[in-house]
Amino acid sequence: MSSPKHPTASAQRGAPAGAPTRITQGSQTRGAIGESTLRPDGTLKVTGEFAYSSDLWHEDMLWGQILRSPVAHAEIVSIDTAEALATPGVYAVLTHDDLPTEVKNYGLEIRDTPVLAYGKVRHHGEPVAVVAAAHPETARRAAAKIKVEYRELPVITDEASATAPGAVLVHEHRTDHHVGHVPHPNIVHRQPIVRGDAAAAARRADVIVRGEYTFGMQDQAFLGPESGLAVPEEDGGVHLYVATQWLHSDLRQIAPVLGLPEDKVRMTLAGVGGAFGGREDLSMQIHACLLALRTGKPVKIVYNRFESFFGHVHRHPAKLYYEHGATHDGRLTHLKCRIVLDGGAYASASPAVVGNAASLSVGPYVVDDVDIEAIALYTNNPPCGAMRGFGAVQACFAYEAQMDKLAKKLGMDPVEFRQRNAMEQGTIMPTGQPVDSPAPVAELLRRVKAMPLPPERQWESSEGADVRQLPGGLSNTTHGEGVVRGIGYAVGIKNVGFSEGFDDYSTARVRLEAVAGEPVATVHTAMAEVGQGGVTVHAQIARTELGVAQVTIRPADTQVGSAGSTSASRQTYVTGGAVRHACEQVRERVLELGRRRFGSYHPAWATAELLLEGGKVVTDGGEVLADLAEVLGDEAVEVEDEWRHRPTEPFDLRTGQGNGHVQYSFAAHRAVVEVDTELGLVKVVELACAQDVGKALNPLSVVGQIQGGTTQGLGVAVMEEIVVDPRTAKVRNPSFTDYLIPTILDTPTIPVDVLELADDHAPYGLRGVGEAPTLSSTPAVLAAIRDATGLELNRTPVRPEHLTGTA
Amino acid sequence: MDFLRPASWEEALAAKAEHPTAVPIAGGTDVMVEINFDHRRPEYLLDLNRVGDLYEWEVGEDSVRLGASVPYAKIMEHLRAELPGLALASHTVASPQIRNRGGVGGNLGTASPAGDAHPALLAAGAEVEVQSAARGTRLVPIDDFYTGVKRNALQPDELIRAVHVRKADGPQQYSKVGTRNAMVIAVCAFGLALHPDTRTVRTGIGSAAPTPVRAATAEDFLNAALEEGGFWDSGKVITPSVARQFADLCAASCNPIDDVRGTAGYRRHAVGVMARRTLTWTWESYRGTRTASEGAA
Repeated sequence: MSSPKHPTASAQRGAPAGAPTRITQGSQTRGAIGESTLRPDGTLKVTGEFAYSSDLWHEDMLWGQILRSPVAHAEIVSIDTAEALATPGVYAVLTHDDLPTEVKNYGLEIRDTPVLAYGKVRHHGEPVAVVAAAHPETARRAAAKIKVEYRELPVITDEASATAPGAVLVHEHRTDHHVGHVPHPNIVHRQPIVRGDAAAAARRADVIVRGEYTFGMQDQAFLGPESGLAVPEEDGGVHLYVATQWLHSDLRQIAPVLGLPEDKVRMTLAGVGGAFGGREDLSMQIHACLLALRTGKPVKIVYNRFESFFGHVHRHPAKLYYEHGATHDGRLTHLKCRIVLDGGAYASASPAVVGNAASLSVGPYVVDDVDIEAIALYTNNPPCGAMRGFGAVQACFAYEAQMDKLAKKLGMDPVEFRQRNAMEQGTIMPTGQPVDSPAPVAELLRRVKAMPLPPERQWESSEGADVRQLPGGLSNTTHGEGVVRGIGYAVGIKNVGFSEGFDDYSTARVRLEAVAGEPVATVHTAMAEVGQGGVTVHAQIARTELGVAQVTIRPADTQVGSAGSTSASRQTYVTGGAVRHACEQVRERVLELGRRRFGSYHPAWATAELLLEGGKVVTDGGEVLADLAEVLGDEAVEVEDEWRHRPTEPFDLRTGQGNGHVQYSFAAHRAVVEVDTELGLVKVVELACAQDVGKALNPLSVVGQIQGGTTQGLGVAVMEEIVVDPRTAKVRNPSFTDYLIPTILDTPTIPVDVLELADDHAPYGLRGVGEAPTLSSTPAVLAAIRDATGLELNRTPVRPEHLTGTA
Repeated sequence: MDFLRPASWEEALAAKAEHPTAVPIAGGTDVMVEINFDHRRPEYLLDLNRVGDLYEWEVGEDSVRLGASVPYAKIMEHLRAELPGLALASHTVASPQIRNRGGVGGNLGTASPAGDAHPALLAAGAEVEVQSAARGTRLVPIDDFYTGVKRNALQPDELIRAVHVRKADGPQQYSKVGTRNAMVIAVCAFGLALHPDTRTVRTGIGSAAPTPVRAATAEDFLNAALEEGGFWDSGKVITPSVARQFADLCAASCNPIDDVRGTAGYRRHAVGVMARRTLTWTWESYRGTRTASEGAA
C-alpha cells in the first residue's frame, strides 16, 4: 500500500489562493464596545466573494478523497488497494497500515477514533482509506476501486441493545478515565447528581407529573463543507489551512499522528462557513496532512454535501425520563430524572455533554431535592458531540414540557408557574454551586409575555388567502381550513465557557505602533471566526482600551498561543477577555514610555489617572497630555499574554456536587404558531425572545446571534432530524433534500428584547450569548403546537404524522 | 463521460439515435443531483440547451403546446390563465433559481412519482410529444406515459419535445404537502381540474404510488354524483357527504410507501384532505364564475 514514486516539488511554496489576509478596520468601521459594528466580511459573504476553505487553491495541488464504510458495524477482513493505486493520475492510497507512528487514533478528550479504520468499522461512513490524485474525479474513481471485505456484526443502536446481556462491545479495550465508574463498557460516561432527598420530597408533593421525552438527532447543517489544504514545507513539516473551531486542539491531535513536533505543523484558519459545534472534532485534517507529506505536494480535500453528513458529529439524540412534583400553591418539590444520550460510535465530546445535561437538567428553577442521572452510550449510530446548546438543549425540551404539564395539572398559568419557581441570584444549583450573578429568569418571562401578540389571521387579504402566511406556505395546502393558533412559552439555562475544572484560557497578542503618524493597533489571536463576530469585537475592545481608530486583525493561526474553542458561548468572554488583558498591559507600557519621554513636561504624567482616547494620552479630567503617535515614536509596544476566567471544579462522580460552571446564560421565548390540524403542518408566526447578555459589546451582532439560535431551535422543533435506520444504523437522509432546515418562509419574525445586567466577574460584565436562544426556542414552539392541537407531543422534531395520528 | 452538444433538434435526435444510453439534460435540476450523489454516471450527457425551440410555447385553440425546456418561472408568468393547475404546481417547485432552469420535460423524463408537474398534467389532460429520428413524432396520452417507478413510455432513441396540455375550461387547483413551507420535495401532492365543457372532474396524485396516478374510482364517483344531483347546472354547494366520499376514494386510490419523508398512512390521509379542499376551492370558484356570468347576462 505504498505510493508510487513521484518527483517531489521542493520549490518554496507561497501561500495558497484563498488564504485569509489581515483585515484592517479603519474609520469606516469604527465602533467601541457597546456600539453596533458591521462585520468586515459581511458584504463579501452575501455577495459570494468571501474565500471559504473550499475555495483554497494551490497551483500544483492534488485532491484527496476518503473511502468510507458502507455499513455501520463490521470486521474488516481485507483491504486491497492495488487497482486503485494503479489508476493513472493517482499519487497515493493510504490505509491504516500506512500511518507513520504508533499514534493511530485521535479524539477531543478520549483518543478512541481511528484516523483510518482498522480491525473493524463502528459506524456508517467511517473513514477506511484515503486517495490523492491529480483530479477530484480520478480520486473518486480510484477510491471506488479499493476492495474492502467486511464481515458484518450486530448493531448497537440504543440503551437496550447497548446494555443487553452479551452485547457486543463497541470498544473492546477501553483504557479511558471514565471506564472505571461507568456501569457498562458501552456507556461512555455517567454523571449522577444527588442533592437533598428527592424521595422524601416527593411525599410532600400534591401533584406528580411524569414524562418520557425523545429528542431527535440534529445536524449543525453548516453551509461550508469540511475542507482544507495541506501544504508540505521544506523543513519536513506541513502547513494546514483549514476551517475549524479550535486550531490548537486540532494541532494537539494532528501532530502525534504525523510524528511531527507541534512547531512543524503550522495551522492557519481558512474561511469558515459556519460551525455550531460540528468543527470541534477533526474531519479531513490528518488525512490531508498524511497525503501531503506522502506525496510532497499540496493536497486539498473538500467533502461534498452527502459526505459532510458523515464528516462531523451531530447533536446527541436523547431519551429523557422526568418526574416532577409540586404543591398546590405551585412550588416544585423535587425532580427525578434520567437522561440517556446516544453518543454513537466514538466519544467525541460525550463526557462533557453528559456533565452539562446532568448539571442543567433542572433548568432555571429552584428545586432543592433532586435525583439526577445522565449517561452517554457508545452505539453504532453516527458519532455525536458538540452542537450549540451542548446537552442543555435536550434537557430544556424535557423540563419545559414538564413545567407546562404541572401548570396545567395545578390549573395555573404556565408563565406564572415558571416565575414562581424561577431561580435568581443566590439560588443554589443542584450541584451545590451558588448562582453569583444576575439570573433574571422571571423578568425574561415577563418581558416575552408582555410583547404585543401578532394579529390573528394575517393571511387574509382582499385578494383571498396569502398562502405564504399559512401552514404549507407556497405548497397551497390550506386557505385557512383547519388552521388553529397556539401560544407557548419556554425559558432555559446554559453554562458559558468550559466547565468541570477545565483550564479554559485564551491568548492574545496586541501591538501598538504609529504608522504614518497614526496610532494603529494590531490584534493577533488564534480565535476561530466561525461567524460569531469576534472579528468585530476584538477591534472594538482594542479601540476602547487603546483609544485608536485603526485596528488590524491578523489571520488566526498557531503562531500565537491557543485561544481555546469557538464554542460554549465563550469567545467574547475568554478571548475578548484576553484581548482586553493584553491591551491593558500595552496601555501601561505606552504610558510608561510617555512618562519616560514627556513626564518632565507636565506633572499630570506622574499624578493623574491616564487614559488613551481619540489617539491621545489624556487625564481622567480630560486634559490632553500628548499624541499617542508622538509617545510611540518609532517604537512598537507588543504584549502577548494568556487570560483565564475563574477556575471551576469537576463534579463529584457520585453526588455531582462541585462548582463546575463559570457563568450562566438565560433566554426566554414566546412562540406563536398556526397549525393546520388536519394536515399536521405548522407555520411559526412569531418567536419572541428576551435574553440577558450582561453587556452587548456589539448589539447588532448580539441580535443576530439570538435570531440565529432561535431559528436553529425552531428547526429541530418542526423539521430537522437525521434519520437512522434502527435495524442497520445507517443514515437515511444525508442530504439537504431530506434533511430540511428552515427557509426564510419558515422563519418567523423574531422580536428581541436584550437585557443587560452586568456579571461583575466577566469582562465588561458580558454574558455569553450564542447558545441560550437555541435552548428555549424548541420547547416554546412545541408548547405552542400542544396549545393549538391539545396533543401531548413528547418528541421533537414534530412531524405531520405526529399531529394527524398517522405515525 | 462525453458531453454531446447538438445545435438543433435534428442533431439531438441523431445523437440520441446513435447513443441510446445518452441522458438528456436541459435545466439539469434532476440529472445533476443524481450525478452529484453518484446515483448515476451516464456514458453520455446530451445537452439540449442549444435547442432553442424547446423553450417556446404556443397557445392554440384547445391546448397549449409547451416546449420541454420552458422553465417553470415562465409557466407561472405567462400561462396562469391557460394552465392554472400547472402554474400552481410550478410555484411549488424548489427555489427561484431552479424554477428559472427546470422545465416540464425534465419532470417527464425523470418520471419520479415526486415530480411536481405530474398531478397537474394528469388533472388537466395532456399528451406528451415524443420524437425519434427513425420513426418521427408520436403523441403519448399522459395516462399512458408513466409506466413504473422512474420509468416512462419513451423508447431509447426518443426525446421529449413538448407536452400538449388542454387549456383550462374550468377552475383547477394544486396542493402539495412537504414538511417545510417552501423549497421542499413532495411528501405527496394532489391536482384537480373541473372540466365543465365535458362535465367531468379529473385528478392527479403525486408521491403516493409507484407512479403519478389519477384517482379513477373517485373521479367516476364524483362525475356520477355531480351529474345525478344536477350540480353542474344548479351550481349548488357540493354536499359534504359527496366531498367526503370523494376524498376517501382518492385516499384509497393511493398505494404509498413508508419512507424517510413520511409514512404511508400519512400520505393516504393527506391526499384525502387535499382532495376535499381542492374540490371545495375549485367548486366554489366554478359557482362564483357561474353566478358572475349569469349576473352579467
